[in-house]
Amino acid sequence: MSVRRLDPNQPESFAFTAENIEWAKGQIAKYPEGKQASAIIPLLWRAQEQHDGWLPEPAIRYVAEMLDMEYIRALEVATFYTMFNLSPVGEHYVQLCGTTPCWLRGADELKEVCRKHIGPEGTVSADGKFSWLEVECLGACVNAPMVQINADFFEDLDAASFERVLNDLRAGKDVKPGPQNERHASEPAGGLTSLTTVGQSETGGGN
Amino acid sequence: MLEDKDRIFTNLYGLQDWRLKAAQSRGDWDGTAEIIAKGRDWILDEMKKSGLRGRGGAGFPTGLKWSFMPKESDGRPHYLVVNADESEPGTCKDRDIMRHDPQKLIEGCLIASFAMGAHACYIYVRGEFIREREQLQAAVDEAYEAGLIGKNAAGSGWDFDLYVHHGAGAYICGEETALLESLEGKKGMPRLKPPFPANVGLYGAPTTVNNVESIAVAPTILRRGASWFAGLGRPNNTGTKLFCISGHVNRPCNVEEEMGIPLKELLEKHAGGVRGGWDNLLAVIPGGSSVPLIPKSVCDDVLMDFDSLKAVQTGLGTAAVIVMDKSTDIIKAIARLSAFYKHESCGQCTPCREGTGWMWRVMERLVSGEAEVEEIDMLLDVTKRVEGHTICALGDAAAWPVQGLIRHFRGTIEERIAARRGGSLAAAE
Repeated sequence: MSVRRLDPNQPESFAFTAENIEWAKGQIAKYPEGKQASAIIPLLWRAQEQHDGWLPEPAIRYVAEMLDMEYIRALEVATFYTMFNLSPVGEHYVQLCGTTPCWLRGADELKEVCRKHIGPEGTVSADGKFSWLEVECLGACVNAPMVQINADFFEDLDAASFERVLNDLRAGKDVKPGPQNERHASEPAGGLTSLTTVGQSETGGGN
Repeated sequence: MLEDKDRIFTNLYGLQDWRLKAAQSRGDWDGTAEIIAKGRDWILDEMKKSGLRGRGGAGFPTGLKWSFMPKESDGRPHYLVVNADESEPGTCKDRDIMRHDPQKLIEGCLIASFAMGAHACYIYVRGEFIREREQLQAAVDEAYEAGLIGKNAAGSGWDFDLYVHHGAGAYICGEETALLESLEGKKGMPRLKPPFPANVGLYGAPTTVNNVESIAVAPTILRRGASWFAGLGRPNNTGTKLFCISGHVNRPCNVEEEMGIPLKELLEKHAGGVRGGWDNLLAVIPGGSSVPLIPKSVCDDVLMDFDSLKAVQTGLGTAAVIVMDKSTDIIKAIARLSAFYKHESCGQCTPCREGTGWMWRVMERLVSGEAEVEEIDMLLDVTKRVEGHTICALGDAAAWPVQGLIRHFRGTIEERIAARRGGSLAAAE
């Protein structure tokens, strides 16, 4: 369990943009009538995206009203799920996986890079560009070590390639998500050991 | 070694197009209506005969699970919920299915839903998989447009709606009843069972929760026949399986292999072997962070399936193989897992909420050696007081890695304590 509190500095109000209101209606329609509370995670997530990557208190209230939920139920959800940032984050929000499979392959080295390039964990850099947090397993273990920056995974990192990604982001350059070495995805580096005979013919595939 | 012709996930690595047309050329959606026309009983029977055991970790027979759903609706709808909340440390296979072979999952959702009398299915994707979710949604949209799902899905006469839902960073939501709570818009806290989801699940209606891989292999099993699948692997441990090989190997990877492949062969054929050679191996966690580790002496000849791993006091779990070579501080490796479980405990049951913190704090002291030797048994005692005393299996999952460490590396822990005191244990006592 982690104790999570709302930020002391909150905006006056929050409202979805017209576009997000339309989007929210589509989400609510996925669930049976009367079960609109099911949409709370997607709606809070969209609110966080609209609000520079963190979820302010008025947004929790706004979504609760939209879904006809008790405020306390919405607050419970916002504080239970750790992807809801209850305080401001940097423009590029780095979540660094520190769980054992990434740790075995050098996550500590990446933490050093974060401290050097961004600053202490959990604080936004002076230019507002970055903040970072050590998180639990992000589910890309065969491409360890890795980080998530906003929506994208950056995998097969080492200190040098991670520094390059951070520098490029700081300079406003495009970066390529995924493995930062020669790999395409989760295949073994240096040549396939399976699936070498499929995909050549249109009728191929295990049938 | 498994041949490519017997591999189900032919686009595992995303080297080919993931879109519908390409997926169909690989065999997806071939004769789906004919499979459904054979009827519910035939599908359930084939799934049982195939021997498929759930791929999410617990290994419960999939066909049997499907058959627990009421045969007739009592007025409540039936639901299939797919557990794509892949968060078990070491595990990253469902991610590849969603981003590279999504049509296998979607077709499986239709067939499984039909077999259980469900007209609606929700896929619950972990929140961090944002790109995977977008890709899966795009694949679902394609399937709708092609008439493969929706009204009269794939020309089968069955109406079927499929929705992609997501979480927001809570490992506990991979537990099936916590997942249902979360899907209903609440905190992900597991429910007491009974009632089981097959009777009272999502919105109080009959529900089956299955792992992504279990659902995605179903169409191929039904097309090729239960006997084909059952002919791979060993009795009670049949078929193929996605393995995730991480840690200290030369070439970490995901790979689909036959159940029962020797661990050594799996690592050497596909992952380039252990870093520094087989003799440099210290230990392996064979099934995701929740299962106890096994030392090299066990790894030498153990087979990778449910029963073989159970026989050596560990488990196949999600088949996420975490390899540790001799450079590893094994105490620290397990302490980091204790930190994980402490972070992910939902806080509902006292033994887990307090016990995970307890175990983590003692583990941290064992890492530095700042402990009394008696505390090793005290820690073991704590794990026994957590294990089996909680609503869900997270308590067990937190206890087992620590138990595995003490079982196989007690000597290492004792040495560390002695070293801290600058002498041998005998001298310290």
